[in-house]
Amino acid sequence: MAVVTQALRSEWTKIRSVRSTVWTLGLAIVVTVALGALISALTKKDFGNLPPRDKIAFDPTFISFAGMGLGQLALIVFGVLVVANEYSTGMIRTSLAAVPQRGTFLFSKITIAALLAFVVGMVTSFAAFFVGQAMLGDYGATLADPGVPRAVIGGGLYMTLIAVFSMGVATMLRSPMLSLGILMPFFFLISAILGNVSATKKVGQYLPDQAGQKVMQVVTVGSDTPYGPWGGFAIMVLWVVAALIGGYAVLSRRDA
Amino acid sequence: MIEAVGLTKRYGAKTAVHNLTFQVRPGAVTGFLGPNGSGKSTTMRMILGLDRPTAGHVTIAGHPFHELPNAPRQVGALLDAKAVHGGRSARHHLLSLAQLAGIPARRVDEVLGVVGLQDVARKRSGGFSLGMGQRLGIAAALLGDPQVLLFDEPVNGLDPEGILWVRNLMKRLAAEGRTVFVSSHLMSEMALTADHLIVIGRGQLMADMSVKDFIAANSADFARVRTPDDDREARDRLKDALVAAGAQVLPEPDGALRVTGLPLPRVSDVAHGADVRLWELSPHQASLEEAYMRMTQGAVDYRSTADQRSGFQAPQPQPQPPAQRLHEGWAEQAYPVLPGERPNRYATPPAASTAAPGATPPAASEPVLGAGQAVPAVPPTHGPTAPDPAAGTTPAPATGAPAAPGTGQPVPAPADLIKRDSEDAR
Repeated sequence: MAVVTQALRSEWTKIRSVRSTVWTLGLAIVVTVALGALISALTKKDFGNLPPRDKIAFDPTFISFAGMGLGQLALIVFGVLVVANEYSTGMIRTSLAAVPQRGTFLFSKITIAALLAFVVGMVTSFAAFFVGQAMLGDYGATLADPGVPRAVIGGGLYMTLIAVFSMGVATMLRSPMLSLGILMPFFFLISAILGNVSATKKVGQYLPDQAGQKVMQVVTVGSDTPYGPWGGFAIMVLWVVAALIGGYAVLSRRDA
Repeated sequence: MIEAVGLTKRYGAKTAVHNLTFQVRPGAVTGFLGPNGSGKSTTMRMILGLDRPTAGHVTIAGHPFHELPNAPRQVGALLDAKAVHGGRSARHHLLSLAQLAGIPARRVDEVLGVVGLQDVARKRSGGFSLGMGQRLGIAAALLGDPQVLLFDEPVNGLDPEGILWVRNLMKRLAAEGRTVFVSSHLMSEMALTADHLIVIGRGQLMADMSVKDFIAANSADFARVRTPDDDREARDRLKDALVAAGAQVLPEPDGALRVTGLPLPRVSDVAHGADVRLWELSPHQASLEEAYMRMTQGAVDYRSTADQRSGFQAPQPQPQPPAQRLHEGWAEQAYPVLPGERPNRYATPPAASTAAPGATPPAASEPVLGAGQAVPAVPPTHGPTAPDPAAGTTPAPATGAPAAPGTGQPVPAPADLIKRDSEDAR
């Protein structure tokens, strides 16, 4: 057990002593909150002109999370850099020479980074919600509305899982450029396209972000997904677990 | 104590390390030598459990690395000075490693002082010079006050003062009874630092002996004898007399003679008896570098060729007509096997080594010689790929060197080690 405590402390020192941590996490908060506020404000201004169908399906909580699609990219960068920088700098050899138990090393690193991402995710989610609702004014929701607390907490969890998923993928790919080159376009474009084009929707809705975002929705009128908010979240958790198992398998098998 | 038994590492079809068995004992600095790409770093990584051996095993103090209790307190290693996150300060880098091993933060400041980085401890290590990086890497190795220390090229990039410091550090660590295993290319440095040598070439063990024995076994001390330049007849007379007295004589390119097998006073007596004046009679002791060069000749993977700049110039007539070659059998830069010397089974067979570098005048060049100044025999368009005769200097060495035709090769080399030779020849 002592090894685990030591590894956790070491990883905390590592993560707080590089600037990329502050930059990526700060950017995640700022982008998500600011973009959510902007889109909320625009929606309020335009609400009268919306067609009735959209008015019925209007989800003030989800609108305030509109910045998350962009903000999550910063968390992906955070997750990738935490893991892959060990490889790109060669630090991994120094680290593994100090902790020969590779599982302890990997999961200590991911635990610390996930905790940090969780704190930042929650702050982002709540800030985006309150700022967004303030922009929406009369059309907004409150935390007392049914389903809203789940959605806001779910938003924080979603951001945490996106970061952890990136860490798992980066452990498998072992290169920051390769990991970012795959994850960024995937979550920014490909997943959204697959999840919204009718031909691929059946498959697309099981992608980690498409499924995970369900937990942030309160109004689900007109949605035909075969799973509920927590069901979608569970699908995302499965993706994350798979990425971590893959990462661990690669780390323990391959030469450092 | 580090103990490797039958250590083998293959990457796909390429064998990086083949059947290495050696021990690194405590209380001495053990140098680990070998040409580039000979498998030194791979071996170091396997000792540290970073790479998994394909076959064989290596233990530290009787345990495989990953089973060592509290490994960082027992083994310290410097593998790569640049293996540091450039955005992290030296102190934070060491602190994270110290915490990983359960070492108090106080020790971090201690080792920063030991390596002389206390003034830049809070600066980001990305701005460090190579020498500062080496010091930081050495600090990391010393952090746990370990009994076993591995250093991969520790003096790279250090200034003379730093090199002296590393040398004394290694010796002190060994004198304290620790096991110190150092790889290096710098022979002069190894000669001063190491007590014991492990030499590998193309992944195979070539020598495991003390520095003194290594030099003695891989080079012969000789006497250099020089007769007056204008008296070639006297030189030949002396040569005959020396051979008659039982010495082996090898002419050197500048007209001197290399004499082995006779003590210096006897050489002088023989010269006196033959009535030959001497301009020089000097003892020559082989250096570690020379011993190393001879031993590893056949095991060098990356060999430079002379830069012919053939793309810039019209083809020259054959650079060295055979007639000007005074001393057959004397290849430049090579360390020929001296008469009477135990032939090194790893080294290039002398015939091949002398024949290869540009010595064989290709038939293509003869018409050029005959035609006098028949300017570009080859159209310039062919420039870069022109069949310049000197392109023959590409090492055609060592066809099958490690698995040399030598008899009684104890361990048959894997096929790909031989195959690589033929690739060189292309």
